[in-house]
Amino acid sequence: MSRSPRPLRSRHRAAVAASAAALSLVALAACSSDFDDSASPSSSASGGGATLAAPNKEPLTIMIGSSGPAETTTVQDTAKAYTAKTGIKVTVIPAQDLTQQLGQAFSGGNPPDLFYVDPARVGLYAQAGNLYPYGKDVDLTEYDATTLQSYTLNGDVQCVPKESAGVLALSINTAAWDKAGLTDADIPTTWDQLHAVAKKLTTKDQVGLSFGATRDRVGAFMVGAGGWFMNDDNTQVTADSPENTQALTYLQDMLKDGSFAWAADVGAGWGGEAFGMQKAAMTVEGGWLPSVMSSDYPDVKYTTVAMPAGPAGIGTLNFSNCWGVAAKSKNLGGAVDLVKFFESDEQAKAAAKSFGATPARLSLADWTKENFPDQVVYLENLDKSKGPVPVPGFDSVLADFDSKIEGLKTGDPATILQETQTNGEAALTAAQG
Amino acid sequence: MTLLGTAAQPAQPLDPKVLPPKRRRGGSTSGTQRIAGWTFTAPAVIAIIVFVVVPVGMALWVSLLKWNGLSSPFGGGAEFVGLDNYKRLLSTDGLLRQNFTIGLRNNLYYVLMVVPGTIVLAFALALMVNQQRLKGRGFFRTVFYFPSITSAVAITVTFLFLFQNSGVINQVLGWFGISGPKWFVDSRGLFQTIAQALGIAPASGTPMWGTGTILGLPINQWLAGPSPALIALATMTVWASSGTFMLFFLAGLQNIPHEVDEAAFIDGASTWQRFRFVTVPLMKKSLTLVALLTVIGSWQVFDSVYLATQGGPQKTTLTPAFQSYQVSFKDGDFGGGAAIAFVLFLIIIVFTVGQRLISREKD
Repeated sequence: MSRSPRPLRSRHRAAVAASAAALSLVALAACSSDFDDSASPSSSASGGGATLAAPNKEPLTIMIGSSGPAETTTVQDTAKAYTAKTGIKVTVIPAQDLTQQLGQAFSGGNPPDLFYVDPARVGLYAQAGNLYPYGKDVDLTEYDATTLQSYTLNGDVQCVPKESAGVLALSINTAAWDKAGLTDADIPTTWDQLHAVAKKLTTKDQVGLSFGATRDRVGAFMVGAGGWFMNDDNTQVTADSPENTQALTYLQDMLKDGSFAWAADVGAGWGGEAFGMQKAAMTVEGGWLPSVMSSDYPDVKYTTVAMPAGPAGIGTLNFSNCWGVAAKSKNLGGAVDLVKFFESDEQAKAAAKSFGATPARLSLADWTKENFPDQVVYLENLDKSKGPVPVPGFDSVLADFDSKIEGLKTGDPATILQETQTNGEAALTAAQG
Repeated sequence: MTLLGTAAQPAQPLDPKVLPPKRRRGGSTSGTQRIAGWTFTAPAVIAIIVFVVVPVGMALWVSLLKWNGLSSPFGGGAEFVGLDNYKRLLSTDGLLRQNFTIGLRNNLYYVLMVVPGTIVLAFALALMVNQQRLKGRGFFRTVFYFPSITSAVAITVTFLFLFQNSGVINQVLGWFGISGPKWFVDSRGLFQTIAQALGIAPASGTPMWGTGTILGLPINQWLAGPSPALIALATMTVWASSGTFMLFFLAGLQNIPHEVDEAAFIDGASTWQRFRFVTVPLMKKSLTLVALLTVIGSWQVFDSVYLATQGGPQKTTLTPAFQSYQVSFKDGDFGGGAAIAFVLFLIIIVFTVGQRLISREKD
């Protein structure tokens, strides 16, 4: 194959030189000290040290994962109002993929001062020392205690919710309800009643109850039976418990007699789609359902009630997002002050009116009930709900759980939960280690 | 003296009769050509080094770390764990290895479906378009090539629509009396379904045979076959990529001189004999190239899985590339994700080297 006219020795030399150049580039990058490596995560995890400094004049950046133009515009308007009030320059960055861009910003050592945080990710960020736990710098009595639990790690409240947490509730198609001859007295308040009603509502073209095969829906039933994936302070995995087995067995019985089907089985991507396409008479969804139904399925008439009570009472899940403050912010005082500004009456009300994010502060709860009556059912029973699991690395475990419950109809609940327990314990050990 | 070497010059004077013809110093034609060559390729080489070689090197470093993506991996922000990620991936019994093995199995079936499928379809299309008699060859060439330039998202969404439970595909199958499976919901493998129909495997639950495990996955699961969702994704890839490879084959076909074909025709060979003994042997190079590219491409499948199924139903479309993404970005375990990527790299190398050995032996 040696058909080159160049002598062998010079080709060899060229190859050596080229690979030396490449390796030196790699070495240069590896030994680069461009990154800010003054990170000392211990200070943030143990409470941030001294009391919060007053805001200085350093500009602030906000990174958001926007739900649409309305949200972006509103956040930008609030930022402008803050600049007008305090003179601190604020830049809003709407992220295409918040998780990825935020991760890149943290690893590059130049994070935004304020950003949205999902409770499932708050553990990961807190562990890496990326968050400043400003819970002690705000009035925590203004926020719902259950919601704050999702954001409390090592005893510190890492952030406060940016809007009120919503729970899952049961939505019922009123046309199908009337057609099956059911009345208001039949609205299910217990699991047995739910099962009976679902059976009555099941027809050839419509299944009684449907939602997605995910822990974000099945979990509500686990909580209703008195179980959950983790214990209260997230130090132990409790997936394999009789309560959880009872919840899964209840759903399995409904799957077997056809009164309940996963959304994918009826050809929908999620419960709301199955409900809107009228392939299901009932579904379990959260506070996002009303806006989806009014825009995509305006002809479907429905009503929403609280989740039926299981053996341990009403059980549901809550979903929220919080304002995270970066530990490396150059203007910590300004960042926390900005959070308080976003949560202030005028700004929170404007946000709610613009894109439906009902205010988080409890002193605005009555205002919310007056102005957003269709959200009231999603704001109740927060104290009977659980938020997402915040343990880093738990996503694979829960994804595995999701894939197993897709086969719940023919599977064995006890085995599914045992395997989730084993995987969960491994993930928890890895996260703590 | 350039970085990339100069022509070798003898250190001492030698016998003039055995010296090569005297070269003019300071820029012989081949020297200038060489410099010009490197200058023209320098931008591409630098781009490849900066955007491919260096990141691969960085990824290799990350695969030796426990890194959560939230601090710098080069400034001591991550713990060095050596080969721990690879151990967790290949030998420790846990979720990471379990998912990886399932991903390998799925990807293996995918490769076995996509590679022959693409080669056959692309070759057939190239043969059709290569015919002299066909009117509007340019039009057909464009039409067949069109899927390759269409956005992957658009194709995936369309195929999701076609393969719905009551979608077009199932309705057409219904005309022939076949009730099609729920394509993106049914998680049973093809061979498993056949075995159940023949009574070899139990109708539900796991079989009692083949319980020994390879890499942690029972043998009866290795043999379960592709699920309907994986078959749907493979069909989509074969359809979408056949256009590009049709062009490769077309170029190869047009290199076959007409005289050879006509000579075979005059000698009385039938169409099939001409195809088998004249066309195919002369297409060896194109066939090898297309086989190589499809093998490499199908082992790295990510887009369709991410857009269509996210690894479902019940992990039957999970692939190592998708798992690498999930483990890195969802779990925050970038070391594990990088380890998956490098093990996949080794698998692809084994396949391509094996393929080259096979094709060389035939020569």
